[in-house]
This record gives sequence, C-alpha cells and structure tokens, in this order.
Amino acid sequence: MTDRRDPDPGNNYILPRLSWSCLRVWQRNWDVFFKTYQVNFLPPFIEPLLYLVAIGFGLGLFIGEIDGIPYVKFIAPALLSISMMNTAFFECTYSSYVRMYYQKTFDAIVATPLSIDDVISGELLWGATRSFIYSSVMLLVFTLFGVVSLPSSLLVIPFSFLAGLLFACIAMCFTAITPSIDALNYPSFLFITPMFLFSGTFFPLSILPSLVQQLAIIFLPLTQLVIVTRSFTLADLSPLVPYSIAWIGIVTLIFFILSTCLMRRRLIV
Amino acid sequence: MAENPVIEARNLTKQFGALIAVDGISFSVFAGDVFGFLGPNGAGKTTTMKMIQCVSPKTAGTLTVLGMDTITHPRTIKAELGILPQEVNLDTDLTCRENLVTYARYFDIPRIEAGKRADELLSFVQLREKRDVHIDKLSGGMKRRLLLARALINHPKILILDEPTIGLDPQGRHLIWEKLKALQAAGNTIVLTTHYLEEAERLCNRLVIMDGGKILVEGSPGELISRYVGSDVVEADNTPEAVSCLEELREKFDIHGDMVQVFTDRPREVAKRLFETCNPGRVMVRRGSLEDVFLKLTGRVLRD
Repeated sequence: MTDRRDPDPGNNYILPRLSWSCLRVWQRNWDVFFKTYQVNFLPPFIEPLLYLVAIGFGLGLFIGEIDGIPYVKFIAPALLSISMMNTAFFECTYSSYVRMYYQKTFDAIVATPLSIDDVISGELLWGATRSFIYSSVMLLVFTLFGVVSLPSSLLVIPFSFLAGLLFACIAMCFTAITPSIDALNYPSFLFITPMFLFSGTFFPLSILPSLVQQLAIIFLPLTQLVIVTRSFTLADLSPLVPYSIAWIGIVTLIFFILSTCLMRRRLIV
Repeated sequence: MAENPVIEARNLTKQFGALIAVDGISFSVFAGDVFGFLGPNGAGKTTTMKMIQCVSPKTAGTLTVLGMDTITHPRTIKAELGILPQEVNLDTDLTCRENLVTYARYFDIPRIEAGKRADELLSFVQLREKRDVHIDKLSGGMKRRLLLARALINHPKILILDEPTIGLDPQGRHLIWEKLKALQAAGNTIVLTTHYLEEAERLCNRLVIMDGGKILVEGSPGELISRYVGSDVVEADNTPEAVSCLEELREKFDIHGDMVQVFTDRPREVAKRLFETCNPGRVMVRRGSLEDVFLKLTGRVLRD
C-alpha cells in the first residue's frame, strides 16, 4: 500500500498531482458561499443592470451602432467577459490570500489527508465556479432585456467556467508571490484595469493602431474572452474563436502548473 | 520493549538555509505513550511536530510513523493523525459544528457519521450549547477545546498536540488536562510539546528535553528528577552566612540572584543545619520538579 507519489518529493517544481480530494476544498468554499447567498447573488443582478442602463442605453443613445450592431448589444458580451475575469481573479487573489494568510485555512486542511496540490486545485476550481455562477445570473438578466441572442448565448455558460479557470490560475500566481495583501493592488491596477478598457470591450479593437491591435490579440487574456463571448451572444461566429479557445486552454494549463509550483514554494517549508 | 514504535526517528535533521532547526535527533514513541517534547523557544519542537505531521519535509535522517515513511506515505499517515496546532486555525467562516463536519469531510467520513461524531465531540469538550455559534464569538479556551475536538474527529491513532494549553487560564488548562487524561486512559497515543513543565509532569509518561535542535535527555519525569536534581530542593536567602554554612556542609549548591538552591536527597538534615548553625533568613524545602531539571539543563538565559 503506497500513496501516489512523485520520484522527487522534495522538489517543488514538478507537475501538479491531481486527485479527487480537491473537490473537498471546492465544497468548503461552495458551502460558505451559499451560507451568505443573499449578499453573494446581489452583485451579478445589480451590476449588469447599472452598466446596461448607464452605458448601454445612456451612452448608447449617442453612439448608436458599432459595425451595424446596437451599442447595448455590443457591450453586453464585454460585460459578461469582464465579470468572468473579475469574479475569478478577485476570488483567487484577495479571497484566497485571506484564507491562506489570515484564516490559516490552508494550514488546517493540509494537516488532513489533503495535500497542497489538492488545496490549490480546489481553490482554482472554485474561482472558475464563481465565474460560472455570476455569468449565468448575468446572462439571465441580459436575456430578460433581450440584448443577447438565443440559443447560441447558452454557450456562454460552459465557456464562463473555462474563462474563469484561466483567470483563477493567473490570479493564484500573484497570490503565491505577493508579500502582502496590499501588494495585490498592483496586478489589479496594472493588469486588470487596463485590460478592462483595451480588450475590445467598449469599443472595437479595429479602431486602434494595428500594432496595438495585434498585441491585444496575442497577449491579452480578456481579448480572447470578449471575442468568444461576443460571437456567442451575437450568434455571429468570429474566425478568431478557435484561436481564442486554444489560447485560453494553453495559457490556463501553463498558469495552472506555475501557480501550483509557486504555492508549494511558498507553503512547504 | 518488544513491540514496534508508532513513531521512530533516527538522526532526524531539518535545515532552513544555514539554520539547523533539528540536529540529528533520535527517539521512539510507543503505543499508549504520552510523550512530551520540552524545550525553550527555538529548540526545534514545533519543527519536529511538523515533520511528524508530514507537512514539513525532513532534510536528512529517517522518520517513520506507524511504520510508514513520512515522505512517501503522507496521505495514509495523515489519515491516522489528530493534530492540535499551536496557532488557532479554525475555519472562521463556519460555526463550531460546521467546523467539525467540514473537517470530517477532508477525511472522507460520510455525512451522517460526521454529524454524529461532531455532536459527541462537542459534548466531550463541553461546547454543546455553542454548536451553532461562529468561531469569532468563542473565548480562547473554547477555541482550544474546539481544536481538540477537531483533532479527534477522525478517531486518530496518534494525537499530536503542539502547546495544547498555551494562553489558557487555569480553569481552561485543567479542563484540557482532564480531557487528555481521559484520552490517555482510553489507550490513546499522545505526543505533545509544552512550555509548561507542570503540564509535562502531570501528563507525560516519557519525555525529552530539547535545546538548540538536539535532545539533551530522555526519560520519565520521575527518573529525570532523581537523576538530575535529587528528590528535594532546599532554598534559602542568598546571604554570606548561608553560603559559608553550605560550604562547610559540603553540599553542592547553586546561586540564582537572591536565592541559594541545594539539590539534595537529605533535605531535612540540610535545612536543620542551616537553621541551627547559621542565620539563613527564609528557608524552604520542596520536592524536586521538572522545572529544576529543565533550568539546570538549558540554563537561565532568556530565549526569544
């Protein structure tokens, strides 16, 4: 009877060892989320309403149409994408950091049969799940306002999980290296905020200089989310969709491995 | 002893960069033992506990728990351990009972069984009325008791307690001792670290004193006291008369500040002579304690 193990247990820089036990960590976060569901379900209802009214219908009145699409329908998928990014990113930075550093929840869990790898993968799955929950609620609101096409928009629901996982993995890398909770403001301002504006969200990338356009398509994660989500909600498949989905898959994998290694380096002493 | 040890360390070493926290220690813990690790701050006690718990990998040597290597079998070993950490790490997002049930799930204990055990353990640590109370509403003593209950949720074969009564008032401390005595009587194996020598004297049947990452001595509290201190201690005020008297008596003595200590097996005789032949001020006779052993072996210099 031996545990599954790697050939060099002292080495932090090996592939993550996945096990079903990570679902126990996911379940813990799920339970806590639904204990306070009244608070947690409010933002995904309120936020899209505010944006739709202020920017979509308000600002949209002056803008009219973009590429023949009413402005409110142009930004609806962007708002969904931003929500996927934000919920997963902030869950796996600030919230995970609080659980790790202040509440010592990770320490308590690794004293049970679960490993660090289980804790991290459970946290990442939870970040993705939260993105999935928020996007689903937002999609419902958008459907009621008639700003998204059905049934193609239903594809946003499974996609929000994948997109959430991408941002959860990126976020966890920052959490693993941050010296303090305040230092997490840097990735928020320097990485998330610029992306929020320059990923084809509120205006099309095509109006930017072509070099900037290309950089956004090659490097910015949120750009990929917007491309895919917009294709689904407008029922108009962009030729970039296969590229963006592959991009998300590969980058998620890279950051998943990296986040686990960095977390082991931080937590195993 | 013919039986196999439940925990066995041979030349166990842990290094953090240049610092050697645990320096080649060897010990064996047997089933039913209450085994204590004593030592000043920085002696390496907590590091040793973390290696036994499979959360901190050793640098060198061997360490087996229940016959399994801590590096190759962490999951199987951890399933059999009950851990009470020094730092309170209860889940602050949950109530007392939810803490136990959620923790049970990490051990794959089925829901109904987990609920049953949680209720039993809440009664055992006298927190039954607090079952639906959030963690931040508990006193320090209640948190420690809940940690003990949590450590017992998987019916562990070995309990690892790191400073189980740290920061508790006397009532809280006695309650924990009472519970640990009950667990010991039921045949549990307990490994504990403590700063409180009275605690070690009451609870442990075997212990080691560590300092600077090394084990200085090993034995039962009684053995160690008679080996290093003698049965009794006579204490007198530190006056020149008392000192010259003791020199005449040819008793070995130590001077600590305003006090002279004589470790002896003939306390009455020493005290009598002190009273009769010199003017000693106050004289006190008491039984030798583990604290005397501890201070004798680790010195009186303050550690941080």
